[in-house]
Amino acid sequence: MNLIADHLQKKFGAITAVADVSFAAEPGKILGLLGPNGAGKSTTISMLAGLIKPDSGKVQIDATTLGVGADPTKRKLGLVTQEIALLEELPARMNLEFFGGLYGLSGAALGARIAAVLELTSLSDRARDPPSTFSGGMRRRLNIACALLHEPQILLLDEPTVGVDPQSRNAIFETIEVLAGQGRTVVYTTHYMEEVERLCDRIVIVDHGRVLADDTLTGLLAGAHLGNKLTLKYDVTPDVAALAEIRNLPGVVQVELAGTEVSVSANDLGTAAPRVLERLAARGFSCQELTSRRANLEDVFLALTGRTLRDT
Amino acid sequence: MSSTFTAFRALVRKDIAIFLRDRRALLVSVLTPIVVAAFFGFLFGGTGSGDNPLSRMKVGIADLDHSALTKAVLESLNQDASLEIQELPEDQALQLVRSGKLRAAIVFPTDFEAAATGALVGTGPMPDVKLLYDPSQSMIRPMVAGLLSQHVMQRLSRPNFIGTAKAIPFNVDNVAITTGPRYNSYAHSFAGMSIQFILFMGIDAGIALLLMRQQGMWRRLRAAPLSRAVLLGSRVAGTTLIAIMILAVVYLVARAVFDVRIAGSVPGFVMVACAFALLAATTGLMIAALGRSVGATRGVAMFSVLILVMLGGAWVPSFLFPEWLQHVTEFVPTRWAVDGLDAMTWRGLPLQSAFAPTAILVGWSALFALIAVWRFNWEND
Repeated sequence: MNLIADHLQKKFGAITAVADVSFAAEPGKILGLLGPNGAGKSTTISMLAGLIKPDSGKVQIDATTLGVGADPTKRKLGLVTQEIALLEELPARMNLEFFGGLYGLSGAALGARIAAVLELTSLSDRARDPPSTFSGGMRRRLNIACALLHEPQILLLDEPTVGVDPQSRNAIFETIEVLAGQGRTVVYTTHYMEEVERLCDRIVIVDHGRVLADDTLTGLLAGAHLGNKLTLKYDVTPDVAALAEIRNLPGVVQVELAGTEVSVSANDLGTAAPRVLERLAARGFSCQELTSRRANLEDVFLALTGRTLRDT
Repeated sequence: MSSTFTAFRALVRKDIAIFLRDRRALLVSVLTPIVVAAFFGFLFGGTGSGDNPLSRMKVGIADLDHSALTKAVLESLNQDASLEIQELPEDQALQLVRSGKLRAAIVFPTDFEAAATGALVGTGPMPDVKLLYDPSQSMIRPMVAGLLSQHVMQRLSRPNFIGTAKAIPFNVDNVAITTGPRYNSYAHSFAGMSIQFILFMGIDAGIALLLMRQQGMWRRLRAAPLSRAVLLGSRVAGTTLIAIMILAVVYLVARAVFDVRIAGSVPGFVMVACAFALLAATTGLMIAALGRSVGATRGVAMFSVLILVMLGGAWVPSFLFPEWLQHVTEFVPTRWAVDGLDAMTWRGLPLQSAFAPTAILVGWSALFALIAVWRFNWEND
């Protein structure tokens, strides 16, 4: 099923949480909604899940406009909240029975679905234990399992890996990939670039409630014209004149200074790197450490917003 | 079975399962009202030791003699600052004492004047004056008997009667008015303490909803295709059922250990109990709707409930309140809950007496529910 966010806007009093967000998520694909805290991701997810009504714009599931409250269209959606929304005192199975019941499941059908989601999330052997005895990763997996009971065609995952160890994170990623492989539409919000790079077929970057970019990872990197990145560390901070000189070198896209560290983005690092080193050395700055890497989403975000994800 | 009903049932079952699973909390919920009620029952039950009512005592007079003496005594009693006298037929006096609307009633028998004056000069037996009293207010009985003797003796000592009276020329026949087997002072304290602690449970249910919102559970529930009525209604239903369970266990213990009986109408008792359970649930919902932070809400809610319980007469019987406060507390729902449970237990009143408390409790519940729905913030979770 296609999920379309069409010019969504939402204000809370004088605060604009979402100014204008539009994108389309497709079946069998994972769409990453990337942005810093406060960018409007969770409010967007709330509108996509039918929790709150947009002030303007609409959410469409195929040809149907999504409503709030008891709208039966919500049955097609599964929401995995950022918070672990479990009944900590009750066994995992009772949690699943409860969430299944919310979608009208009961009896043998509910039992079969519980067995299926427990197997998918590798929790079958812990079904009788309460989540309070689980590790962080297991609780996250149960949180996901609860959203899958009614077999939603669209899955909304709001930062589902917060506070999870790398091993559990990988297990969650594998589960999400299986779900997308089954033809489900997945929207995945996070402020971790690595997750988006690893998982998502398409990436929507949002900040201040607006979409800054919407493309595949390759498309975003190509579109930003960032090339590769060279990082040079000096004993003293290079002066403004030196930075201006290397900024004008052919092939150099961007130059940034953080303390005594100079970051240079260039299309052709092989040509640009020796020139940068040479010019700075000529001005008396002796390089202590040099690293280079390919440009990544962080660089794209920086180029688009002028700040890093972790600045926010 | 419709999917809405399945969802509603799942929500209610979840609340009850969580409540029953926490054994310690369950024990405290049931044990605390029993212990505190037992204490208050013991405190107020025995002797009625010398408390001074803060208001004028409402006392009925049934004058079957219509003599000069009884008229003079009636006039004298009317002038007593501690009494509010109401003259009425004997059967009506009995009904009003039974329903708690009169503290006591004095019944002067026919030929009282003749018999009393005869007894005073030693020419005949002493007449019996019936003193009908509410056994829950046992301290009232000696006070009214004392005042009666005082006013009769004052009148008999005046010149137009027989001169100087030295001994009381009549007997006081004390009659405790209740249809039950006998008055049990634990009955009132069990009503009061049950109401207090079930209201506390209602607050806890409201606080739990605030916590659900803070912890993201409410957001998760709202993602399901459920109407606001189902989400809020299931909370009310779950809390109401828990309150009914607590009331049932508390009164079973009260019956088994303290011999508290439902001397009146059992259906009436069930009606009042269910209406009060609904009130506790809607109080919790209103608290959840109006509350912002858990800490601040808990403090304000506890304070409000304690005031409601105090004004409802759960701690100290409301007849000890000043007259104006007794009228004011008729607008306090807990007063009706206490009075309703009292009426169906030790007062032994019929089903009809449960109608007014039930209707008023349901009315307040509806008001609280309306406020909750009106003020509930559906946008910010």
